[in-house]
Amino acid sequence: MSTLTDPPNAGFRLSMLFNDTRYRSLTFQVIAAIVLALCIWYLGNNLIQNLRAAGLNISYSFLGDPAGYDINQRLVEYDSQSSHARAALVGVLNTLLVAFLACITATVFGVVAGVLRLSNNWLVSKLMAVYVEIFRNIPVLIWIIIIFTIMTAVMPGPRAFRGDNATSSMVLDLFAFTNRGVYVPMPWFESGLFASAFMNWMVVLAGLVASWFVSGRVTNWANHKQEETGERPKTLLIKLAIWFVPFAVLMLIMGLSWEVPALKGFNFKGGIKIGGPLIALWFALSIYTGAFIAENVRAGIQAISKGQTEAAAALGLRQGRIMNLVVLPQALRVIIPPLISQYLNITKNSSLAIAVGYADITATLGGITLNQTGRAIECVLLLMLFYLTASLTISMVMNIYNSSVKLKER
Amino acid sequence: MKKTVFLGAFTVAGLAAAAAAAGTMDDVKARGKLNCGVTTGLVGFAAPDANGEWKGFDVAVCRAVAAAVLGDASAVEFVPTTGKTRFTALASGEIDMLARNTTWTFSRDVDLKFEFTGVNYYDGQGFMVPKELGVSSAKELDGATVCIQTGTTTELNLADFFRSNNISYEPVPIETNAEAQQQYLAGACDVYTTDASGLAATRATFENPGDHVLLPEIISKEPLGPLVRHGDHEWGDVVRWTLNALISAEELGITSANIGEMSAGTNNPEINRVLGTEGTLGEMLGLDAEWSKRAIAVGGNYGEIFAQNIGEETPIGLARGLNAQWTEGGLLYSPPFR
Repeated sequence: MSTLTDPPNAGFRLSMLFNDTRYRSLTFQVIAAIVLALCIWYLGNNLIQNLRAAGLNISYSFLGDPAGYDINQRLVEYDSQSSHARAALVGVLNTLLVAFLACITATVFGVVAGVLRLSNNWLVSKLMAVYVEIFRNIPVLIWIIIIFTIMTAVMPGPRAFRGDNATSSMVLDLFAFTNRGVYVPMPWFESGLFASAFMNWMVVLAGLVASWFVSGRVTNWANHKQEETGERPKTLLIKLAIWFVPFAVLMLIMGLSWEVPALKGFNFKGGIKIGGPLIALWFALSIYTGAFIAENVRAGIQAISKGQTEAAAALGLRQGRIMNLVVLPQALRVIIPPLISQYLNITKNSSLAIAVGYADITATLGGITLNQTGRAIECVLLLMLFYLTASLTISMVMNIYNSSVKLKER
Repeated sequence: MKKTVFLGAFTVAGLAAAAAAAGTMDDVKARGKLNCGVTTGLVGFAAPDANGEWKGFDVAVCRAVAAAVLGDASAVEFVPTTGKTRFTALASGEIDMLARNTTWTFSRDVDLKFEFTGVNYYDGQGFMVPKELGVSSAKELDGATVCIQTGTTTELNLADFFRSNNISYEPVPIETNAEAQQQYLAGACDVYTTDASGLAATRATFENPGDHVLLPEIISKEPLGPLVRHGDHEWGDVVRWTLNALISAEELGITSANIGEMSAGTNNPEINRVLGTEGTLGEMLGLDAEWSKRAIAVGGNYGEIFAQNIGEETPIGLARGLNAQWTEGGLLYSPPFR
């Protein structure tokens, strides 16, 4: 029995790394980390050695050389003498533009379809079920191509608008729908406060932000009044005035006018052109991802217990208000996390843009630049870095939003 | 970052493994098949016919090489490549040679580490427009929408041409010739630009070829030819001299009709050397004596191949022009077989 009372040996023996449960997991983690590091080192070394053997080297100096090609949709100044880096920037902005637009419309499509799918109206709910099943079960690349092909085949070319007996005409003499894109009038200021159009728009934006701020104050005041007296003052007219009066005055001062597109030469000139590739890609991404979001929304709504709806109904709330005030705010907690991954999907799927000739980052940096310079590894590394950064940023923003709507435990 | 290094390393490790293995010729012989990169479909140059068999001007070069090396013109695996994928396919060893209307340029030869083994078609970039537009010169194309195949030299030539003439255009980048054709016919672009030979080939497949015109301007030099990986000179020599054999055969009057007769021996020593009845040229290449005889027997000499696939008798209807023999005022000039 004396062995039981022996004090434990305080010394550390090497075998304890494997035999002692206190150290074992740590040991294996360290071993795994070393093996992983060795693998990475081996592959990286292999890459560098083989590149050297082939007489190639990793160099990003090509980014400063003139790109030599033109891009059809440019959100910033660019011509064929600009650098490859500039061409990549044009591509980045195009990617972000289509991703941003598609995220918004996909959310709208998704929420509407998700809510309607739970409708008590048999026809509506079945229609939405058909929409969801058709769109999410056909690859998005096919949708992009189908929509683009239909657009180019069905819409008239600019030539159809020409001549005395033209087969097509502009809608309201303001909008031109062609197979190359939609041309809409462009607002501009005759007597802007600043010389640059950008600064003038910033002034307008500042005005709108101010209106938004004041209108928020009005809501607060109304809430306050309601809590004090139990009666909510009518704020609709006040708010309308706050939004529209300063806006209208600003427009009048700056001399708002519209540049209407007109057929000149081969194409429409003037106005804003929303290119066919952008429309096809934007619409395809939204309607495809919208189907997935609809399912997320449906799952979120069904996760809210029926008791909540019944209790709200018992309080005398109408159907619409039950949805807006009781069900959706709670459902958001379930909807947001999968919604993040849908937004990431949209951003990543936008790289299919080249199928319809949309100049996104994959088409400029990962397509033409890569081809003309032959710097495949460099270009692909940059592409990965961009998509990683973009995805992580979206993730971060959405996670911040998620933590603001999630259940606060007190 | 971990992932990127992994993938990059795998790609390059694979690439280097392919390059470091035995010479391409041994690989081809061991495989019993030549992997030849061609277009995804350009009638006259490389396109599958109604029976699914690849036919065309570039295809003929692949078949001649296969006949020379393997003794069987049908032992070719045709790998369709786009303007974007072709160089990766060749560099990675997926294909042994590329015969795909590829322009010989300095940077492709030097920087991309390829070896152009000759020119089988001297071409230049042209423009095609619908007749109803009434355009007679490319300089009248100010503001036009132009369809281009992305990842080609045409993209850069186009930018240079419009820039130097101070006119504007709107590019529509398209991945393959078939898509470009569809966009052009649907009127999504006013102009289609690519190599003039490609335009003629594309126009030949239209329902009403007469409704479209090729503009007179040729805005670039596009020497098209087969290419192989840099560094494997034995294989490069085989492809180069197979092409030269086809060109020399036309110059020397060897045709698919008289090749049997001529290979019995003639009074012209150069013909004898080409056909392997004299000298040891085949042995120097690492092949047997009859290599070039087999190559020429497949589709005939250069002139016959041209006439069959893209010549004036075909729907494509290209004149020999620059591609005539040097003796007839063209640029085709094979170094001597000696």
